[in-house]
Amino acid sequence: MSTRSGPSPARTGLLLLPPLLWLGVAYLGALGALFLAAFWTTNEFTGDLVKVFTLDNFRSLLDQPVYRTITARTLGVAVLVTLVDAALALPVAFFMAKVARPGLQRLLVIAVLMPLWASYLVKAYAWRGMLSKSGPLEWLGISPGYGLTGLVITLAYLWLPYMILPVYAGLQKLPGSLLEASADLGAPALTTFRRVVLPSVFPAFVAGSIFTFSLTMGDYIAVKIVGGPTQMLGNVVADNYGVANNLPFAAAYSVVPVLVMLGYLGVVRRTGALENL
Amino acid sequence: MNHNWKLVAATAAVLLTAVACGSSSGGDKTAGSSGFKAPDVPMAKKLGTKEGAVSILAWPGYAEDGTNDPKTDWVTPFEQATGCQATVKYFGTSDEAVSLIKTGDYDVVSASGDATLRLIAGGDVAPVNTDLLTHYADIRSFLKDKPYNSVDGQMYGMPQGWGANLLTYNPDVVKPAPTSWASVFDANSPYKGKITPYDSPIYIADAALYLMNTNPDLGIKNPYALDKHQLDMAVNVLKTQRGEVSEYWSDYLKQQQAFESGDSVIGTSWQFIVNLIDADKKPIKAILPDEGSTGWSDTWMISSKSKHPNCAYAWLDYIGGPDGNAASAYYFGEAPANTKACDVIATTDKDASFCDTFHAGDEAYAKKLWYWTTPVSACLDGRTNVKCTTYADWTQAWTAIKG
Repeated sequence: MSTRSGPSPARTGLLLLPPLLWLGVAYLGALGALFLAAFWTTNEFTGDLVKVFTLDNFRSLLDQPVYRTITARTLGVAVLVTLVDAALALPVAFFMAKVARPGLQRLLVIAVLMPLWASYLVKAYAWRGMLSKSGPLEWLGISPGYGLTGLVITLAYLWLPYMILPVYAGLQKLPGSLLEASADLGAPALTTFRRVVLPSVFPAFVAGSIFTFSLTMGDYIAVKIVGGPTQMLGNVVADNYGVANNLPFAAAYSVVPVLVMLGYLGVVRRTGALENL
Repeated sequence: MNHNWKLVAATAAVLLTAVACGSSSGGDKTAGSSGFKAPDVPMAKKLGTKEGAVSILAWPGYAEDGTNDPKTDWVTPFEQATGCQATVKYFGTSDEAVSLIKTGDYDVVSASGDATLRLIAGGDVAPVNTDLLTHYADIRSFLKDKPYNSVDGQMYGMPQGWGANLLTYNPDVVKPAPTSWASVFDANSPYKGKITPYDSPIYIADAALYLMNTNPDLGIKNPYALDKHQLDMAVNVLKTQRGEVSEYWSDYLKQQQAFESGDSVIGTSWQFIVNLIDADKKPIKAILPDEGSTGWSDTWMISSKSKHPNCAYAWLDYIGGPDGNAASAYYFGEAPANTKACDVIATTDKDASFCDTFHAGDEAYAKKLWYWTTPVSACLDGRTNVKCTTYADWTQAWTAIKG
């Protein structure tokens, strides 16, 4: 114990009160209310909430194969987007961190961040134009049109900066001397990459994947813009809440991504990647 | 909650009788013979002093105050004439309208037929004393006392206008020209991947209407009254269609763009979207096939919790009157309910053909339409030996169709 008198516990408590209230009431409270609503139902005609405990919502989630299909599709897209982003981010981040001169490095960081200044919607609509039958990709003869492929391309584009930045930070932390030592010991470039670079930036990839994965899991707007008739988990939630006025079912289905992300974060925690955020 | 179930049962009872007399075609008031008890919401007997404010809940484009386009403003003249300051909130779907009106923050709402009865049954809207509306007499008769805007011959609002979901196509691509909805439900369509249906569970009625004409053995008499088997059959039609869909649309701007770029070449659309595409000089045609179509008919209603009932009446009278009705129907692109609105559009907007384009006075055309109605478990076509599927069932089916 220090001999100097620190701030009194009362004052510390007072200082912490607003953020704790925010976390407890606004943040966890909203989640709790959502979870509670999942056990209610609605009056089919007037749309009023019927606050009687029922497991019907969860039962239809399990019984009806369409929800399993949609969940699987959403997970698949999230994994795919994450892999595409990881594959694209590695060379870019490596060049930025290890090859580029400091001036160019700064420019590249700005270039990577630049798309984040534009609205999400603008970028999604830009891709709607790109993927259109009369768009530039079609002109090159390679347009997949609106649908799953177009969706993966668009989401991978949207979330790419969130993958590049942590990987870039991870690579910067990797001392150049390690690469030199590996080369001095006779390792070819590929071996150095596989045994020195990859293991040390792996946690950075995991950190980036939290963004790409969770953002894809929850996305439903880009799906509406470039996904064609495709449905993802977020669309079902949004449609149930906004179209069908069925908050309880929307809440029940929202529990699925929450569970998936909790599981994912649990795995991530064990890799120690959270320290890289 | 028990209370609400009684309402549902009661509503179901009136629907049985009302719709048996023709839900889309009959203008008769035979609903009066049923034992329906709409919740006891008091009706205004006379008008008092205006409160100086009115809160409007509307479909986009129904209450423009110049914010979107300074030249498009029919709310300000209303404010100047009545002294009622208007605040406008737009909603995107009928369901959103239903949940918003329940807050009690709004005085009036423009409700489509798939919302109106839910609002009446929920006690969310009040009966409207049409004697207090000077322009009510000018409303087209085939829009008055309909099963979706009245109970026991008691009107619940001021009709705004109506429109049809049209079979819309790109004449440069779709040849020969389609004549029937069959062309969007064809399993081997030459336009695979370029068909665009409307994105709402209510679209199931379009498939049911198609089955009603092509598969009479199924016994569908009303596309909003489907028993379990009939719904399954309609769902099958839509699941086949799913493989041919470019995208499901609910945002009209996106549909306009998809038609213009050629990503969609045939599907369901509305007249005003067609006009927008036409204005861009892109190839587009829309028809109402002989077998008819689904459509909407909107009615302005007054909230039972209205804090400004006198201004609410003033708004209904204005928006149903020749000027307000002309401006809103012209901007939105639908047939105006007021008979005098067509002349106003012809003189003010210099668009003499508008009402012809929208078949405003064409009752025969209006009768071909099956207006959006909420499906309920008591069959709307009068059958009593089966239970029909509800809107909740349709919503789940819609998710399954899109897969």
